[in-house]
Amino acid sequence: MIASASQVSGSIAQGDPPPAIELRGIDKRFGEVHANRNVDLRVAAGTIHGIVGENGAGKSTLMSILYGFYEADAGEIRINGRPLQIRSANDALQAGIGMVHQHFMLVDTFSVLENVMLGAESGAVLSRSKTLARRELERLEQDYGLRVDPDAVVEELPVGEQQRAEILKSLYRGAEILILDEPTGVLTPQESDQLFEILRSLKERGVTILLITHKLREIMDLTDFVSVMRQGEIVAHRRTSETDQKELAELMVGRSIEQHDVNRSHTPGEAVLAVKNVSMRDAKGVTRVDDVSFEVRAGEIVGIAGVAGNGQTELLELLSGIRPLDSGSFHANGRQVTPQNPCSPKDMRRLHVNHVPEDRHRLGLVMPFLASESSILGYQDRGRINKGLALDYPLIIKDCAEMMRVFDVRPVDPMLRSSNFSGGNQQKIVLAREMDKEPTLLLVGQPTRGVDVGAIEFIHGQLLSMRDRGCAILLVSVELDEILALSDRILVMFEGRIVGDVAGAGADKKQLGLLMANASPDAAESEAVS
Amino acid sequence: MKASHVSVPAWVTIGVVPVVNIAMALFLSGLIILLIGENPIDAVQLIFIGAFGYDEAIGYTLYYTTNFIFTGLAVAIAFHAMLFNIGGEGQAYIGGLGIGLAILAFDHTLPFWLMLPIMLSAGALFGAAWAFIPAWAQAYRGSHIVITTIMFNFIASALMVYLLVNVLVEPGNMSPETREFLPSGHLPFMHEVFAWFGIAITKSPLNISIFWALICCVLLWFYIWRTRWGYALRTVGHSERAAVYAGIRPQRVIVITMCISGALAGFVGINELAGVQHRLLLNFTAGYGFTGIAVSLMGRNHPLGIVLASLLFGILYQGGAELAFEMPKISREMVVTIQGLVILFSGALAYMSEPWVARAYTFVALGLTQQRAGEA
Repeated sequence: MIASASQVSGSIAQGDPPPAIELRGIDKRFGEVHANRNVDLRVAAGTIHGIVGENGAGKSTLMSILYGFYEADAGEIRINGRPLQIRSANDALQAGIGMVHQHFMLVDTFSVLENVMLGAESGAVLSRSKTLARRELERLEQDYGLRVDPDAVVEELPVGEQQRAEILKSLYRGAEILILDEPTGVLTPQESDQLFEILRSLKERGVTILLITHKLREIMDLTDFVSVMRQGEIVAHRRTSETDQKELAELMVGRSIEQHDVNRSHTPGEAVLAVKNVSMRDAKGVTRVDDVSFEVRAGEIVGIAGVAGNGQTELLELLSGIRPLDSGSFHANGRQVTPQNPCSPKDMRRLHVNHVPEDRHRLGLVMPFLASESSILGYQDRGRINKGLALDYPLIIKDCAEMMRVFDVRPVDPMLRSSNFSGGNQQKIVLAREMDKEPTLLLVGQPTRGVDVGAIEFIHGQLLSMRDRGCAILLVSVELDEILALSDRILVMFEGRIVGDVAGAGADKKQLGLLMANASPDAAESEAVS
Repeated sequence: MKASHVSVPAWVTIGVVPVVNIAMALFLSGLIILLIGENPIDAVQLIFIGAFGYDEAIGYTLYYTTNFIFTGLAVAIAFHAMLFNIGGEGQAYIGGLGIGLAILAFDHTLPFWLMLPIMLSAGALFGAAWAFIPAWAQAYRGSHIVITTIMFNFIASALMVYLLVNVLVEPGNMSPETREFLPSGHLPFMHEVFAWFGIAITKSPLNISIFWALICCVLLWFYIWRTRWGYALRTVGHSERAAVYAGIRPQRVIVITMCISGALAGFVGINELAGVQHRLLLNFTAGYGFTGIAVSLMGRNHPLGIVLASLLFGILYQGGAELAFEMPKISREMVVTIQGLVILFSGALAYMSEPWVARAYTFVALGLTQQRAGEA
């Protein structure tokens, strides 16, 4: 079906088959922001085409235009050589375009089968469409080797399989072109490899794949062609075999990237944080942090690796006083915290334990607040910024501007709403606020998620210099590369437990990946016993 | 979808949108008036003359305005903490009870200048107490504040009937009212205040509680936007998780905010009982608590906007009464319908016209920039 469609339209045009997707002069503005400038893109049928770019480079906008979320101000979209107006996701589906979003669009409590047929049911009674859908799923499984149990409930599946269900959903609707938006963000390295296998076999069967990612390694491993976006423009097209990561990174940023030299030769000092057998359950009674013990010493970065959702977030929130612990204890800067003697986020800040939360949108900043207001979040009771009954706004604004200058936040405008800064600059505001207080223990969650390459460089540099000044840093990240680049010691978390503890220098990525999936030989054994 | 990405200046959303809303409401009202065979232009004229045409009318308009400011502010502060306080009516009622009890207890013994702080505190305390219970249940037990405050309106109403019929009624009085307050429990009327300075104006219910209403506006603005407690309140309103992260206890903020909200609503009793009625009686709140929701929405939860919105509702109340009196075909119910339309458009549908206004603004702004570019 797929092949025939492209052949038919191919025979109408000149000898070469037309590209599966052709964008001509796509232009899109959001008020002042010129999100896409005159973008031309040709994606050959049956290839894997990567699009890379920093955050805010316009990748998502471009894909949203292709998928019908936005309409372009100018320009033309051609699918298989035919000009098309795509005004809604429905139009996109009609044109054979399917999208796998970064956050899955699945109903958690439905089975895979129900999710796949959702919106594509025929008739009022479901049983008939269910039978049809089941038959179709079996066919897709045979054709593409995509195996997911159709009767499994989505929320009970591992993330990798949920993603496969999402891909199946698109294929079920006859997608010949698949757009994947940052598909590996939630996967372990092993799950990513499986995904790549699937994508390659889809390609062999004629599916055209558009891969949006900021991970250059994936581009190099998987794609045939790659386009680089910067500031709304496509600045380069390359055949993947003719480029390398360094060139792509420089094209993305527009300048050369310096690598931080991680100096691991120094010796760390006293333990600033000592965690002993700490456990925590969430509101549903599910154990999120399970008997965790470790230490972080002054002048040391301890990285916690793990797939998102394995208790790292909860661990940080527990140590920063946001959540209470259920058993065990921890010692932070001389204060003993136990379930009987809990401590609040305010207490922790007083102990010079500062926290850069993972979720800067809901925790680290208050989006509708001005930058200056967000810059005192957590410190609003400090005497320095309170004059009598009132907050001393002139001083707050002055302090904020100073922090913004030191941390290179752009624009340096304390009166701009927090939500109007780009992801990287928002993150810098949070980091500036927490690092400015010179904490002795810094808890950092995902410091560079959704942050562009230039800002990552800057943030890593700041964290390393904090460490060199003697701060103890606990770093949680799902980016293995980040953990490897910064950590003096690496802990691996899986289902709330610490399943690995390795030195940062010379840590092996593959070994860490196996630990993250709890698939190391001894871990597998203990699983079998229990 | 496009319009939502255009940044529209604040004066458009705060200034133009409410005006468009009122215009839509008045347009629809005009159609209805046309339908029943009256001239809508005349009707609007009558409303304005009825509200501003002579000094007594102005007095009445501002007297209504005072009540709306109190209940509007009450809704607004709760709204900044993302709490929808539907209970302004009940809190005003119980606040009035507190004021009545305080005055009945002390008006024999204390002079007015001592009575004033006592009645203000009593109104605030009783109003706050009535808001405290739903607030506590919301903060610590998760009962939804909309439901509980509605329920507390009914409870307040039943309680007041019981108290006035069985306990507080003046012996021998046929209607459920207390005895009249002694003069030390009366707030000076504005016509009295003007008389001190030798200016004669016509008698109206307007009394000095309008000054207290305006002081409350300033205090509330200061509290919400200038103090660390207001900062905490707004943080909780925007993001409870961010508040927890910042060491703010949302439960405490919810309770404190609702108590302030209830206290503000309670001040309706100052205007109504100490100011005008001079006794405690049934149903003196007359729906001001509910209208406060529309006032606050229309005033965008900002004290300045609330003063303006209150004034508009004052005009509608007073001018509307005049209209019903002057135009025989327009009944009192008709006037309530017009008020209802204004509430509907500026309250419930407050954001309906926003995308249109934003689009119109973008269109005009783009046109201007292109024109300028063309000239250059």
